[in-house]
Amino acid sequence: MSSHKSPQKIAEEASSTLKELLARNTALTPKDRLGIPAQEMPAQDPDVRRKNIAEVALGYSPEQARVEAMRCLQCKSAPCIKGCPVAIDIPAFVGAIAEGNYQKAIEIIKRNSLLPAVCGRVCPQETQCQEPCTVGKSLKDVDKAVAIGRLERFVADWEREQGKTATPSVKPSTGKKLAVIGSGPASLVVAADVRREGHDVTIFEAFHKPGGVMLYGIPEFRLPKKIVQLEIDTLSAMGVKIVTNFVVGKTRKLPDLLEKDGFDAVFIGTGAGLPKFMEIEGENLVGVFSANEYLTRANLMRAYDRENAHTPIYASRKVAVFGGGNVAMDAARTAVRLGAEEVHLIYRRTEKEMPARIEEVGHAKEEGVIFHMLTNVKRFMGDEYGVLKQMECLRYELGEPDSSGRRRPVEIKGSEFVSDIDTAIIAIGNDSNPLIRQTTPGLNTNKYGNIIVDEFGKSSVNRVFAGGDIVLGAATVILAMGQGRNAAKSINELLAKS
Amino acid sequence: MNRIIAKKQLSEQVWMMRIEAPLIATERKPGQFIILSVNNEYGERIPLTIADADIKEGSITIIFQVVGNTTRLLAQLSEGEKIAALVGPLGQPTHIERFGHVVCVGGGIGAAPMHPIAQGMKLAGNRLTIILGARNKSLIILEDEMRKLADELIICSDDGSCGRKALVTEPLKELCQQATPPNLAVAIGPPIMMKFCAETTRPFKVPTVVSLNTIMVDGTGMCGGCRVTVGGKTKFVCVDGPEFDGHLVDFDNMMKRLNSYKRQEQHDSEHKCKLDAKIAKLEQK
Repeated sequence: MSSHKSPQKIAEEASSTLKELLARNTALTPKDRLGIPAQEMPAQDPDVRRKNIAEVALGYSPEQARVEAMRCLQCKSAPCIKGCPVAIDIPAFVGAIAEGNYQKAIEIIKRNSLLPAVCGRVCPQETQCQEPCTVGKSLKDVDKAVAIGRLERFVADWEREQGKTATPSVKPSTGKKLAVIGSGPASLVVAADVRREGHDVTIFEAFHKPGGVMLYGIPEFRLPKKIVQLEIDTLSAMGVKIVTNFVVGKTRKLPDLLEKDGFDAVFIGTGAGLPKFMEIEGENLVGVFSANEYLTRANLMRAYDRENAHTPIYASRKVAVFGGGNVAMDAARTAVRLGAEEVHLIYRRTEKEMPARIEEVGHAKEEGVIFHMLTNVKRFMGDEYGVLKQMECLRYELGEPDSSGRRRPVEIKGSEFVSDIDTAIIAIGNDSNPLIRQTTPGLNTNKYGNIIVDEFGKSSVNRVFAGGDIVLGAATVILAMGQGRNAAKSINELLAKS
Repeated sequence: MNRIIAKKQLSEQVWMMRIEAPLIATERKPGQFIILSVNNEYGERIPLTIADADIKEGSITIIFQVVGNTTRLLAQLSEGEKIAALVGPLGQPTHIERFGHVVCVGGGIGAAPMHPIAQGMKLAGNRLTIILGARNKSLIILEDEMRKLADELIICSDDGSCGRKALVTEPLKELCQQATPPNLAVAIGPPIMMKFCAETTRPFKVPTVVSLNTIMVDGTGMCGGCRVTVGGKTKFVCVDGPEFDGHLVDFDNMMKRLNSYKRQEQHDSEHKCKLDAKIAKLEQK
């Protein structure tokens, strides 16, 4: 990893680059544009941020944003748009930033995306919009593609800081009612899209606060909660009703919403929140947690604020986190901030196969998380009080590709070794929650328990739609939004007809 | 919603509250619980069993013992005040049918979750023996309510201050030793009591249901904080339970897991109590 560069230095460099670029009287040629340095994201110093929960990435300065935007070649084919699940007109908004017209840029984004401040932060752009970027291809490095996500974040933050966030207009009331179950990204998109057409929308959330994984899962240092809250305030301002502490399937069954409560349609966006465990010896010892529990305590219940929060979080010194996705990175980095002396990340494949974002892996390393690739745990060992003390691990090597196309890790016989740990956090994935499918007759699900929908987001039950992780299995915020958008279109068509 | 309609002290540390919660009152079934929090910003979520419900009034009844920070804050709320967050009904309902002779064993505050189950069992036409036990007389709750339901009520106390001077397992064993042992036992109370009830009925092969009270956060199956080992398999108490076959539960592991935060909680409540004392002093001045 490159050494940390101070935000001041980054800003100064960008200012002088921008001056030079603007001083030229001729239009920039593609060659000129490819020569502009890719703008680094200013970040908190790793030694400082290890001890706080404030956002790590600080965001571009206006000069940096303009310089970065000027790197865009404005390709006619715009391969980036195809890489975006909600098809934002990327060259148009990036072009507007290059001109310094941020208002125009945010308006272009908002035609397609409602949560730019969130998506600009948490989307895996390197596998989506930035992956096919011509600049990245020309420079033979996807990390050198135009930083579309950072630019999206910049204008979304700019709009918020200007206090200019506009409430989308809503058409006159139609008297039709939609119930949205869950308040994560897919649900928020559906709620907004359907409300805009003048339909009455009520969101039902099981937790005491709305936001889904954006609130309980993704930590403050990656996605400040006030940003999530603002997005939800916008929905409220549009007239969307939000009912918290309401578990559909328990507080009220889904069929009752349609048959007794007068809803004309239902959207299920309950996500994939059921943690997987490894089913190995010692997994129920004290000190072994699912990442969901660890992160929910830390984020939603704010256990990191030991002075004020009533929810306790385990006092850890030596932590092992199992898994290679973003959830594993989030858990490891949270453990660092909660004061653990050593945090080890254990993954059974190699870094190349890790599904986590490259940026998050880099940040975790800078913060001192110790990575162990081609390793997996075999069992946990405790003391007479049932408290975790050690783990036994095994080393792996990569064998033939498996059904996912990734080379299958194969254990190396006799490679067992034992390490001392007091906390284990399991982040090997989530399944879908069964509460709704158990209480909704006729709702078809696949073998993983995910709801089966057609190309219009419609489930096997009449007037019931679904989208996001409850359909996809654990995926990303933007894919959930894309599904929400698709389902919202079908719901609007249904409500307009009926 | 969530307004405290009535509040009553049942014993030194035990309180009863009737809370406005019309939807939960309608949907709840015996065996189910709620999760509540007394503060939306910093409060913790704690599980409590629904002890009773009144559909007409749109209320549920909870009974809780002050054991730590949140229950202490809850007990400080007055009639007319609201509970910040309340969600339910959660968990699987008790399996109720006509078994024949059912023995319900309630230890201490466990009488509260036992009450709706005993009601259900009675309504289904079972002969009901209820055993209530506690350390001493002041900790026996719901005696009158249970007397109304039971065909036979046995009260035990550790110190003999009421009923028999015995642990609940003694009368339970005697019932199992009868020519026709009970068809079902339901035991709810401290984990150690449920463990020994299960050990008591095991040799007599009397099926024994226990209601587990593990640590919970969300109560909807998304974290696994409440997990227990049942018959060698990991189960989530909040969605698979809270009731399980007492003969299959790994109580030792469960009890150890309950101690996960003991030190922090003690520190917490001491810490906050000191603050209370300071405030009291200031008020005196």
